[in-house]
Amino acid sequence: MVKPDSGATKADRPPTSAGGTAGRDARASLMRWRPPVTAQHLLRWDTGLLVVVIAIGILGASTSSEFLTGSNMFNLGLQSGEIAIMALPMTLIVISGEIDLSVASVMGMASALLGYLFARGWPMPAIFVVVLLVGMLAGAINGLLVTRLGLPSLAVTIGTLGLYRGVADIVLGPNTISNFPAGYASIGVNPVPGTDLSFSALVFIVLAVTFGVVLHFTPVGRSIFAMGASPEAATFAGIRVKRVKTLLFVVSGAVCSLAGVLLTFRLSTAVNTNGVGLELDVVAVVLLGGVSIFGGKGSIIGVVLGVLAFAGIQNALLLTNFNQEAASIPVGGLLLLSVFVPSIALLIGRLRNRITARGQARLPVIGPDHG
Amino acid sequence: MTTAVAPQRKQPGAPAAVSSSRLAERAFRFRESGIIAVLALFVLIASLIQPRFASSSNIQFVLVDSSVFALVALGETIVIFTRNVDLSVQSVLALSAYLSADMFGHFHGIPIPIVFLVGFGIGLAFGAANGLMVSLGRVPSLVVTLATLYIIQGIDILVVGGNVVVASSLPSGFVDIPTATVLGIPWLAIAVAAVVGAAAYYLRSFRSGRELYAIGSNPEGARLAGIPVAKRVFTAFTLCGGIAGVGGVLWAAQYQTINTSAGGSNFSLIVIASAVVGGVAIFGGSGSVIGAAIGALLLGTINVALDVLGISDFWDPAIAGFLLLVAIAIDRGISVRLAAALRKRSARGEA
Repeated sequence: MVKPDSGATKADRPPTSAGGTAGRDARASLMRWRPPVTAQHLLRWDTGLLVVVIAIGILGASTSSEFLTGSNMFNLGLQSGEIAIMALPMTLIVISGEIDLSVASVMGMASALLGYLFARGWPMPAIFVVVLLVGMLAGAINGLLVTRLGLPSLAVTIGTLGLYRGVADIVLGPNTISNFPAGYASIGVNPVPGTDLSFSALVFIVLAVTFGVVLHFTPVGRSIFAMGASPEAATFAGIRVKRVKTLLFVVSGAVCSLAGVLLTFRLSTAVNTNGVGLELDVVAVVLLGGVSIFGGKGSIIGVVLGVLAFAGIQNALLLTNFNQEAASIPVGGLLLLSVFVPSIALLIGRLRNRITARGQARLPVIGPDHG
Repeated sequence: MTTAVAPQRKQPGAPAAVSSSRLAERAFRFRESGIIAVLALFVLIASLIQPRFASSSNIQFVLVDSSVFALVALGETIVIFTRNVDLSVQSVLALSAYLSADMFGHFHGIPIPIVFLVGFGIGLAFGAANGLMVSLGRVPSLVVTLATLYIIQGIDILVVGGNVVVASSLPSGFVDIPTATVLGIPWLAIAVAAVVGAAAYYLRSFRSGRELYAIGSNPEGARLAGIPVAKRVFTAFTLCGGIAGVGGVLWAAQYQTINTSAGGSNFSLIVIASAVVGGVAIFGGSGSVIGAAIGALLLGTINVALDVLGISDFWDPAIAGFLLLVAIAIDRGISVRLAAALRKRSARGEA
C-alpha cells in the first residue's frame, strides 16, 4: 500500500488526555493545552461524519414521514445490527495495524454450528457455549498465524475466510435449519421490551461502550494505538505486541460468533451461506468511521458514526423508491471522501505553511527547505 | 507502454546485488516448482482414484474453467507487485459482462472483436480511475478500491436492474469461444497462457517491468532511485482494470446468463487468493504472473476434482483456504531463509 501521509497524524490524533497511564502523560498534555474547539477539530473527519449523519437524518425525514418513527428505528437496527457489532473488534484490530477478513465466515460458521447442534437436539445454553468457544478458537488460529509465524494478516484471513466458510459448508451441506424456539426467533420481530431497539442494536450499544472504554481509557487500549503506530517501538516499550494482537483476534472470533447467533435467530434460518460477503461491509464501516487502514489512528465514536451513516443511507433508500441495493454508491462515495479529506486537509496545511514561509523568507534566517 | 523500445539487456535475476542474483533466481524457480508439484500431486491422486478425471474432456473443462480466473489474476498480480491491491475487479467484471453481452441484443451482427474492445475499454476506464486516485491522491489502494467496488456494484445494479441477458440472444460465434479447441486444447486456455507468458517476459526482462517489482520491494527507495512510481502504479491499475473488463466478456461467453451477480460475491478475494497461492507476496516485490496463473489453475482443479471424486462441493472453500495458508507459510519460510543466506553472503563479502 502507498505510504501514509505522516503529516495527517497530528490532526487526527485520538483523544489521549483522559487515559493517561502516567503523570508524565497528563503533564505533557497540559503543556500542549489548546482551546477545546479549534479549526483542526472542525476539519476532523469525525465532525464531518456527524454532519453527514445529521444530514442523512434530515433528508430521510423530509423524504419519508416513516424515517424517524420508532418502528423504522427498529428496522434500521435490525438490518445493520450484526455488521455494526462485528465492526467493533475490527476497529481494534485495524488500529493495531492488522485486518481480519474472516469475520463473515466466522459468523457463518457459528450460524451453521448453531443450526447443526440444534437439529441434533442439544439444549440452547450448551450450544451457545460451543459456538462461542469455536469462534474463539477460529480467532486464536488467525492470531497465532499472524503473530507467531509472522504472516501478513491480509493473506492469512483471506485463507481462513475460505477455511471457516468451508467448515460451515461441511457442517450443514445443502440443509436449511429453521423452526428455532419462538422465544429466540422473536428477536427478528419484536424490539427489546419498552424500547424501539432491536436486540442486536442493544448488544451493539453495550459492546460499543465496553470497547470504547477499553480502547480509550485503559493501558491496553493505549498499547493498541502504540503498536499500530509502530510495532517495533511498542515492543521496545515493553508492550506484549504478539499477545495483545492474538487476544484481539480471539475477541473478534467471539464477537463474530455472537453476531452469527443473532443473525441466525433474526432470520430464523441457519444455512451455510449466512453472512457471505459481509466482511467488506464491516471493513467499509470501520474505514468510514475514520480509522486509518495503516493502524495507529481511529476512535470508537467515529466508528459508531460510521455505522449510523452506513445504516442510515441504506434505510433511507429503502423507504424511498430508489433501488436499495444501489445504496452502495453513496456508501462508496463517502468512503472515498473519508480517504481524501485528510489528504486535502494536508494539502491546505502545506499551502498555508508555504505562505507563512514566504512571509518569513525576508527575515535574515536560514530559509526553510522547499525541496 | 513506453518501454517497448527499451534496449533489452541482461538483467540480474533479483533487484539485489549481482552476486546474489543466482541465489534469488533459484528461490524464484523453487516457488513456482513448489506450486507445480502440488498441482501434479493433486492431479495424480485424483486420477488414480477416478480415472475419469484425466479424460481429455475433463481436462478441457478444468482449463476453460480456470482461464478467466487466471486472466484476471494476471492483472491483479501486476497491481500486487507494486504493493497495492485492487478489490474492485469483481464489479468491473460484472459490469463489463453485462454491458458487452447486452450489445448483441442492441446491435445485431456486431463483430465479436468490437465487443471485446468495448469490454476492455470499460475496464480500462475504471482501472484508470483507480490508478489516478491511488497514484496522484497518494491514498491507500485497499480503501480506494473497496470504495470503487461499492460504487461500480451500485452502477451495475442501476444499469442492469432486473434484466437478464440470456443465451439465446448471443451469437453462436460468441458462445463457442470457450468450447473451441485446437489439438484437444481449448483456444481460450492457449490465448490466456500466451498473454501470461508475454506478461512474464515483459515483467522479467524490461526495465519498466522490473521497476514494478522495485516499487513493491521498497516504494520510497524506488522513488529515490528515480523510478516514476506514480506513472507505473497508474499503469498497473489501468491494465488490471482492462484485463478484468476482458475477463467480463469471457465470463459472458462462458456462462451466457448474465445478471448483476456475474462473478459471484467473493470473486476479487478468490483472485487475490489465486495469486497468493501461486507464490505472489501480498505486500509486493516478489512472485511471478506464471505462479499466479498456476495458482488459479490449482484452485480450479481442486474445484473440479472434488466433483469428479464424488466429494461434496462443500469441501471446496475449506481446502482452498487451507492451501492458501500453507502457501503463505511456505513462502514466509523461504523468504526468511533467503534473507539469512543473503546476509551471510554479504557478511562473507565484507570480511
